[in-house]
Amino acid sequence: MAGELIGARGPIGPAGTGGPPSGPNPALPEGPHPALSLVRRRLAQAPLVLVVVIVGGFLLLEAAPGDAVDAYVASLGGDAGLVRELRARWGLDRSAPTRFLLYLVGLATGDLGRSLAFDRPVLSLVLERLPITLALAGSATLLAFALGSGLGILAGARPRGPLDRLLSAAALVLNATPSFWLGLLLALLFAVRLRWLPLAGIETIGAGYSGLARLFDIARHLVLPVLTLGLVYAALYLRLMRAGMVEAWRSDFVRAARAKGISRRRLVLRHVARNALLPVVTMLGLQSATLVGGSVVVESVFAVPGLGRLAAEAVTQRDFPLLLGILIVSALLVLLVNLLVDLLYARIDPRVELGARAP
Amino acid sequence: MRLTRRCLLASATAPFLLRAGATRSRTPHRGGVLVVAADTEPRNLNPALVASNGVFYVASKVIEPLAEMAYGEPGFSPRLAIAWQGSADGLRFTLRLREGVRFHDGRPFTSADVAYCALELWKKHQNLGRVFFTDLEAVETPDPRTAILRFAQPMPAQLIENALPALTAVVPRHLYEGTDPLANPHNQKLVGTGPFRFVEHRPGQYYRLERNPDYWDAPKPWLDGIVYRVLPDRGAIAAALEAGEIQLAAFSAVPLADMQRLAKLPGIAVIDRGYEGITYLVTVEINHRRKELADVRVRRAIAHAIDPNFVVERIFLGHAKPAIGPIPRFDARFHTADQPTYPYDPKRAEALLDEAGLPRGPNGVRFSVELLPAPWFEQTRQMGDYLRQALKAVGIEAKLVVKDPAGHQKAVYTDHAFDLAIGSPVYRNDPAISTTILYQGGLPPGVPFSNQYGWADPAMDELIARAARTLDPAERAELYRRFQRLAAEQLPLIPVVEFTFLTVASTRVHGVADNPRWAVSNWAETWLES
Repeated sequence: MAGELIGARGPIGPAGTGGPPSGPNPALPEGPHPALSLVRRRLAQAPLVLVVVIVGGFLLLEAAPGDAVDAYVASLGGDAGLVRELRARWGLDRSAPTRFLLYLVGLATGDLGRSLAFDRPVLSLVLERLPITLALAGSATLLAFALGSGLGILAGARPRGPLDRLLSAAALVLNATPSFWLGLLLALLFAVRLRWLPLAGIETIGAGYSGLARLFDIARHLVLPVLTLGLVYAALYLRLMRAGMVEAWRSDFVRAARAKGISRRRLVLRHVARNALLPVVTMLGLQSATLVGGSVVVESVFAVPGLGRLAAEAVTQRDFPLLLGILIVSALLVLLVNLLVDLLYARIDPRVELGARAP
Repeated sequence: MRLTRRCLLASATAPFLLRAGATRSRTPHRGGVLVVAADTEPRNLNPALVASNGVFYVASKVIEPLAEMAYGEPGFSPRLAIAWQGSADGLRFTLRLREGVRFHDGRPFTSADVAYCALELWKKHQNLGRVFFTDLEAVETPDPRTAILRFAQPMPAQLIENALPALTAVVPRHLYEGTDPLANPHNQKLVGTGPFRFVEHRPGQYYRLERNPDYWDAPKPWLDGIVYRVLPDRGAIAAALEAGEIQLAAFSAVPLADMQRLAKLPGIAVIDRGYEGITYLVTVEINHRRKELADVRVRRAIAHAIDPNFVVERIFLGHAKPAIGPIPRFDARFHTADQPTYPYDPKRAEALLDEAGLPRGPNGVRFSVELLPAPWFEQTRQMGDYLRQALKAVGIEAKLVVKDPAGHQKAVYTDHAFDLAIGSPVYRNDPAISTTILYQGGLPPGVPFSNQYGWADPAMDELIARAARTLDPAERAELYRRFQRLAAEQLPLIPVVEFTFLTVASTRVHGVADNPRWAVSNWAETWLES
């Protein structure tokens, strides 16, 4: 979805080298602010996205063999009577369409239902875990973006130079490294050998910290998972940034800029890197869709009680109200992040027209 | 002596295996919070409703049963009951209860609590009790210290006694009466009489228990508290032990492959006791609805195709034993080695398959089967890989179908959509509690860990029913020996190996593995060296 509204017509270059004309854009219609119009359109799309997510999620879980009672007795045992009783109690003796309809009725009143596996309201479970995943995934994304694009600029500043070769090789290795393995390696080094950082969990159990002390404690616990998740994505950003810059170096506007005697530093940062940034920002939007899924492994390795682990448990336990609740919240997050990314495009590239439709 | 990997592993880890006896030489003292690993968070943590090792692991420290298993004779240690006796006709079982016991909310524990739990929780709702206590008619409470279980049919006192550790957890009547027991909030916020009080559960993070200062067995417990850290990744559990973030991991939570390395680290001990009372088996479950598998010669051929020693050495890395029948060796009261066995002999397996009219086809395959390894343990999954190869060697082509727990439960125990499956039933101190159900006919579909194999033998059913009603312990034991011989002869399922678990702990932790159900008992005697 990210990039849907891009109306770019060529690389961004210095005046007279292919960049956009200055002054108001004649393609934009009169009316509300373009950003507001974009927000409205995205809000209008949201219900459709949610319907697809809810129906898809329900059908997928229905297609999986076994239900929540099977999952329950598989781990805790029971007899035929208990199986019947639990199915009736959890409403699983009703047909799938009836259950879905009842779920939708509840949803219409803002009720996300009750988790079958945790026996708690879905909303409270999700809200409990969401901030943790947001902190983890948000910090990891920031780290990945900053580190990846920064190193990408260094690598792309002199393509095929020694630094480029070194960073590209490192990125390749990092990109090919499974996150669980990287996580365990980092844990062994920083938590087991050096004992600088806590290995698992989100905070010190029973420490009774509050305020800043608690925040600091949580931050310390998040260092290793953020590093693990962030490094893997940083490699991706590095490669994207570098590839974009290599492409930009071949552009006419770069040659023109060089001919005009612009300093190399300015050329790299203001023109080459800026042009290469768009695909990286696109990836940022796409990556938001994997916030939940991508963090499952890292959340398991570092015992971080986030939304990813909760989603994995919901699937294993065939807990359809919980899974649908997580999917709804995740979908809303993805919509929000993509909206922000689209707004960001316009900041990076003035030629992007927020209100315009793609041709 | 043949030098095997098992011998090598045993010799490598032997110096580090800490036995319970070794810990008793030091004087216990109070203090310290024990941090241990937990890898599951059961939906319902009340052991009066859910008799399961996953539940007991946490809940047994808070909620106590009437008695616990013990090493040596008589095999039990009193907990909430101090004495018990069955009547000569098997219709009454009298329990004398401990005095001066209080629940964690300050209310006294009495026979009314036992009566309520027996009739309203164990009999009506508990996963094992619903079948076990079917004939429980009433509970008389002539005084606060006496409870008399009255049965409609004779129940062997030995059987009831054997069930005390796992099936008789007592919760306060005053917190449950008049409520829907399955929806009672105290199924998560536990209240019991145990050595530890429940403080909090942060889902996905930890359970926290604190010392019960009013415990009836003062000055125990020694620990100030126990924290169960939820660590879903087994590799991370090993790392957490090394980092000192946890001090104990039970139920072989650390991968067996890491065990040897950990055992060599200073300050860490691998303990191989404390689980005999909950011995598990790896079995090959057979769908008798499949024509080829309904032939006993084919089942015997499959048994001959399996090398239990290979399974012990390569899959369990030495931490298991070849099984002889469905009752593990530890229970010498019932186990017998006098039963038919099927030693590893692929040639004999091939001959039996030929004899059954299943010759190898042009492609070398006699027939094909779908094989579903249970997802419960890493080893049951690995056993699936091994069995596929072992069967291929004798001309049976097995297609592995791996499912998650819910999918496996439905496929095997509800839909019967399998030919062979790898199971891992647990033995619970008496064949009638959770073993004979694997052989008993006439069970409705959907019952997990039961005979959903399409196996029906009236002689076996008659034997099972008789043994469950026979009051004389010696006669009962003999009936179960006959049961084992019949099971081995007919081979409705194939027991391959029996296994228990290992505990990995800091050497600072003492009072570990002091009973055969230690991991799921109350840990009142566990203490931390300062």
